[in-house]
Amino acid sequence: MTGNVTIVVDGVPHPVPADITLAAALLNLGVAAFRRDLSHNARGPVCGMGTCFECRVTVDGVTNVRACLELVRAGMSVQSGA
Amino acid sequence: MNGSRGVAVDVLVVGAGPAGLSAAITAAEHGKRVLVLDQGLRPGGQIWRHRDAAALPVGARAMLERARTTGVRIASGARVVDAISAGELIVDFRGRVDRQRSGALIIATGAKERFLPFPGWTLPGVVGVGGLQALLKSGLSLSGARVVIAGTGPLLFPVAATVARAGAELLLVAEQASWSGLAAFGARLVSKPMALRQAVVYRWAFRNAPLRTSSWVTAAEGYGRLRRVIMHERGRSSVIDCDWLATGAGLVPNTEVAQVVGCALDVDAIRVDALQATSVAGVWAAGECTGVKGDAAAIAEGAVAGHAAAGEESTANGRALQRDRDAGRGFAKRLAATFAPRAELLQLAHADTVICRCEDVRRGDIDPAWTQRQAKLWTRMGMGECQGAVCGPACAALFNWEQNVARPPIGAPRCGEWGEELGETRDERRETRGGGALSS
Repeated sequence: MTGNVTIVVDGVPHPVPADITLAAALLNLGVAAFRRDLSHNARGPVCGMGTCFECRVTVDGVTNVRACLELVRAGMSVQSGA
Repeated sequence: MNGSRGVAVDVLVVGAGPAGLSAAITAAEHGKRVLVLDQGLRPGGQIWRHRDAAALPVGARAMLERARTTGVRIASGARVVDAISAGELIVDFRGRVDRQRSGALIIATGAKERFLPFPGWTLPGVVGVGGLQALLKSGLSLSGARVVIAGTGPLLFPVAATVARAGAELLLVAEQASWSGLAAFGARLVSKPMALRQAVVYRWAFRNAPLRTSSWVTAAEGYGRLRRVIMHERGRSSVIDCDWLATGAGLVPNTEVAQVVGCALDVDAIRVDALQATSVAGVWAAGECTGVKGDAAAIAEGAVAGHAAAGEESTANGRALQRDRDAGRGFAKRLAATFAPRAELLQLAHADTVICRCEDVRRGDIDPAWTQRQAKLWTRMGMGECQGAVCGPACAALFNWEQNVARPPIGAPRCGEWGEELGETRDERRETRGGGALSS
């Protein structure tokens, strides 16, 4: 068993299990719009394995990070809906 | 050679699923230095995706252990982005780009889901069948969530079982193939009692959900996220309120790396001979990327490729290995025939339905008479982040467009991350290939 870490999502800190992916963590927190398309419609994870790029978010200032390929890290700051 | 570590290995394997691990272990047992590049967080591929190795099947654990004891090195989070030649790949090692040289290359890049666009498929909450499985295994909580699964093929059963065990309210499992097709396929499983027993175990796990054949999703609705799906259930239309829709139209081989290396394809799979050799000297391929056939056959193919890449062709030709491999290829043919997407699924997208999710290109934007290349030039179709990984197979099914169109870099680069190295290799390749390869 692993404990929790705190990640900051859109400015709000949340404790999440330490051994899950960022995509799973954001979905569990109820985030629907990981990114927005050219018409500003919400988009979220589809393939879960790094192929579709729909789960991309900004992590610690780095844009276009695929949340499904990242494990959560303590202190990670995430911006969704960009 | 700035930033290039360039530590060459004897055998480089791309993909750490069953085929790749099998190939790597086999080559390492012949004394070769082996490196496996894998995009995932942990080795095992999609089928053996795990957070805790203790939860894996015995065979998978044994294979990961054998990789350790035979000295196979595995680089997780490593993505092939380009190839200078079959013996030198450009690899993104978690943000640090390097060249990786090798004496032999084995491609075991597995398969991805094929999506056939329908109205509403871009809503958050609409995910792949394998996609939902992957997210669950990555820590998604589905407790109490209402889930509809609508797809095709053997993947439906394990995913439905996982969803049910996760405490979700599984409302429907829809298989687009007909009952007669499914029954004929099931009858052939009599020769595979383990597979049949496994299917029964899965069905028991999701016994509270109805399983319907000749049924598929025609539209997803909601605002900002999925609220309901419109189903076609054996000729009748129904509306189901739900939180998640897991959907897909089967699996297709991942061939981008092979294409960039220059390997020929047979329709959508990497072309290989009896020893798993591709059309490019020094390059072998194994597993689902040469045609979707399941993990047992993938392991056999990996072993054949591992022997052959290590120069042990007579061992690769061994009768037992070839028999397992041939059985797998036969199974692949039956799979493809039974679960081929029905024609109705190709008619679901309306003129305003998005086909290319990255560039928001709609069906009405692309004239089906065009080629993939024309559509790209006019609409940026397939030129976004995923580089056509999703819309490519969709357009192949919808419009019969050619699939051998992958171009480097594979997947979108992040600006500033590896511009210098990429620019350098482009110049180099232009010299070695006589120019024009990248500017065409």
